[in-house]
Amino acid sequence: MQVISVKCTDKETNRRKLIKQTKGNKQTKGNDILVQIGVTRMTGERKAIVEIKNVNKIYTDNHVVHDLNLVIYEGEFLTMLGPSGCGKTTILRMIGGFEEPTGGEILVEGENVEEKEPFERNVNTVFQSYALFPHLNIFNNIAYGLKMKKVPKAEIKVRVQEMLELVQLNGYDKRFPSQLSGGQKQRVAIARALINNPKVLLLDEPLGALDLKLRKEMQLELKNLQKKLGITFIYVTHDQEEALTMSDRIAIMNQGYLDQLDTPEGIYEKPKTRFVADFIGESNIFEAIIKEVIDDVARIRIEVGEALAMIDAATAYEESEMVYACVRPEKVLFSKEAVKGFHIQGVVKEQIYVGNIIKSNVILGNGQIVKISRMDMDDTPKVGEMINIYWNLDDVVIMKSRAHLIHNVIENVNLGGA
Amino acid sequence: MRKSHKFRNKTIPLLVTVSPVTIWLILLVAAPLVYVFFLSFLSTDGYNVVFQFTLKNYMDLFNPIYLEIYSNSFLLAFLTTVVCILLGYPFAYSMARAAKKKKAVMMIMLMIPFWTNSLIRLNGWKTILGKTGLLNSLLLNIGILHQPVEILYTRGAVILGMVYILFPYMVLPLFASIDKLDQSLLEASNDLGANKVKTFLHVTLPLTSPGVFSGTILVFIPALGYFFVSDIMGGAKSQLIGNLIENQFKAANNWPLGAALSMLLIVIIIIMVTIYKKCGGDMKDLGVL
Repeated sequence: MQVISVKCTDKETNRRKLIKQTKGNKQTKGNDILVQIGVTRMTGERKAIVEIKNVNKIYTDNHVVHDLNLVIYEGEFLTMLGPSGCGKTTILRMIGGFEEPTGGEILVEGENVEEKEPFERNVNTVFQSYALFPHLNIFNNIAYGLKMKKVPKAEIKVRVQEMLELVQLNGYDKRFPSQLSGGQKQRVAIARALINNPKVLLLDEPLGALDLKLRKEMQLELKNLQKKLGITFIYVTHDQEEALTMSDRIAIMNQGYLDQLDTPEGIYEKPKTRFVADFIGESNIFEAIIKEVIDDVARIRIEVGEALAMIDAATAYEESEMVYACVRPEKVLFSKEAVKGFHIQGVVKEQIYVGNIIKSNVILGNGQIVKISRMDMDDTPKVGEMINIYWNLDDVVIMKSRAHLIHNVIENVNLGGA
Repeated sequence: MRKSHKFRNKTIPLLVTVSPVTIWLILLVAAPLVYVFFLSFLSTDGYNVVFQFTLKNYMDLFNPIYLEIYSNSFLLAFLTTVVCILLGYPFAYSMARAAKKKKAVMMIMLMIPFWTNSLIRLNGWKTILGKTGLLNSLLLNIGILHQPVEILYTRGAVILGMVYILFPYMVLPLFASIDKLDQSLLEASNDLGANKVKTFLHVTLPLTSPGVFSGTILVFIPALGYFFVSDIMGGAKSQLIGNLIENQFKAANNWPLGAALSMLLIVIIIIMVTIYKKCGGDMKDLGVL
C-alpha cells in the first residue's frame, strides 16, 4: 500500500508539471482541446482540470459535504450520482462559484478559485430549470455571455449561428423561451453555456424535467457533444441509468460522503459500499463475518452458511470482521440437483416477468430473499420449486462496513482516483 | 324540462352572489360618474346649477392659471413617483430577499401605518416639521440652526407627504415582481460574465419592470388628485388639480366646472392606464391592494 501511494504522488507531481507547461499556451478553440487530449491520452497522462481538496460545506446545522477529495480530468465525463440531499448539487455549485466551501479548496486549471466570481472561472453551468432569460429571444439568450464580454457584434452573430447549428436549433433565434419545448429550452441552455468556450461544463440534472423518451435521446446527444468538443462535463443526476450510460467515471455520493469513484463497470462490478451496491442496479446483500483470509480469498460466514469470496488485495481484512457480501441477481447460480461445495437452499416464492428479463425471488431458511434474474425463460426456476443456490467465487464482492471505508475512500481518491 | 332545471340551478345562486356587487358598483361607482359627466355640461348662474347645455366649462379648462396648476400637479406627481421608485425599489428588493421572519416584520411595518387614517398621519408630520416642531427645535438645540426654518408648507413637504402616503402602493407591486424573480436567472447571468451591476441592468430590472410600471400607475394617479396632502403639508400655497376640483365644489360653488375638471382627470387616468395596457401591463397587477 505504501508503495502504491508513492507511485501516485510521483504521478501527481508530473501532472502538476504538465499543467504548468501548458498554462502558457491557452487554447480557446474546441479543436485545440481535442488535439491536446489526444496527446495526453497517448502519453498515458491525464491533465487535471478541477481539483477538489478537503472540501467541506456546512450550513448552520447541516454538514452537506464531508472532506471531499476529487480530481477531475480534462476531457472526461464525470457524473456525480446520489439520492437527493446527498450534496452533489452543492459540490457543483461550489465549482461554479455560487456557494463557498466552508473549508478546503477548489482548483480549476491549477488555480485556487476561492476569490473568483463565477464568470472569472473557466467554467459554465447549465441550470436545472434551464434559467433562460424570459425577456430575451433565443439569439440574445445565447449571445448574452459574449455581449457581456463586449465581443464585436459581427463575431457574436457568427458564433451564435454556430451554436444554433451545434444544438440543431437553426432558425429558432427569433423565438422566445416561452415558445420552446422542454427539450429545445435545454438545448438553448447548453448552447448559451458552450458559446463561452468553457473548459468545464457543469450540468445540474439537466434532463430532469424531460419525459423518458426525450431524456434518452438527449443523453446520447449530450454524450456525443461532449466527445465532439472534448470539454470536461461534470454532470449531476440521481438517475443511475443516466449515469451508467453517459459517464467516463461516476462519483457516488451518500449523505455528503464520496462513497466510490470509478468507471461505470467498476461501480457495477466492484461496489465498495453497501450503499453503492444497493443504489446501482439490483443486488443481494448478505451480512457476513470474515472467518479466514488466504491470499486473496476469504472464507466468510453468512447467516445461512459459509462461502468463499475473492477480496481486494489492497485492502486488509481482519478475522471476525463484520463485512457485507454482495452478489448481483444475474450472477446467482442455481440447480435443482445437489451441488458440491457451497450452496444455500431456498424456495422460489414469486416470479416477475419484465419483458427482457425474468426476476425470481427465492426465500431462504432464515426468511431472507435472494433475487435471481435471467434473460431466458428456460433458464428460470419454477415458482414453488426447492432449489440450491450458489455462486462463483469471483462474483461475490466483499464490502467493508462504513467506518473503515470512509478512510479508505479518502486515501484512494487522494491518489488521483481510479 | 331538464334544461330549465339546470338553468335555474345555476342562475339563481349566481344572481344572489353577484347582484349585491353589481348594485354596489352601480350605486357607488357608475351613478356618481354618470352624474358628474352630465353635470360637466351644465351652466351655472354663479350660485346654482342651471339646466342648460354648454361647453363653457371645458373651454375654461384652458385658462392659463389652470394650465399652470396642471403642470405643477404633474411635476409634483412625477417627483413623488420618482422618489417612491428610488426608495421603494431597494426596500422591496431587500424585503423579497429577506428571511421569512424579517420579511413578515417588514411587511407589518409597511402595512400598519397604511391602515391608519392618512389625515392623522399627515398631522403627525406637521408636529415634526412645523416651525416649533420636533425637527426645528432639535436642530436649534444642537446649534446647527440659529433660526427656525420653514420646512412645512414647501413643495418638498408636499412631496414628502405624498411619498409617505403612497409608498406602500409602490412597494407592494414591486415586491410582488421581485419576489417572483427566479434566483437562478441571476446566477446564470453571473455565470455568463455579468457582474452585479450588469446583472441588475440586464436581468433584474427588465424582469421587474412590470412591478415598476404598475407601481408608477398606482402612485402617479393618486398623486394628481390627493388634494388633502397639499392642503395639510403645503398650506394653501401649492394648488394641485385635486385642490382645484375641491375648490369648485366648495368655496367657488361652481359644480359644473368642478365636474369638467374631474372629467379631465378621469381622461388623463384612462390614457395612462391604456398606455400601461398597450405596453403589456397586466390589469391584475394594479389590483395588488
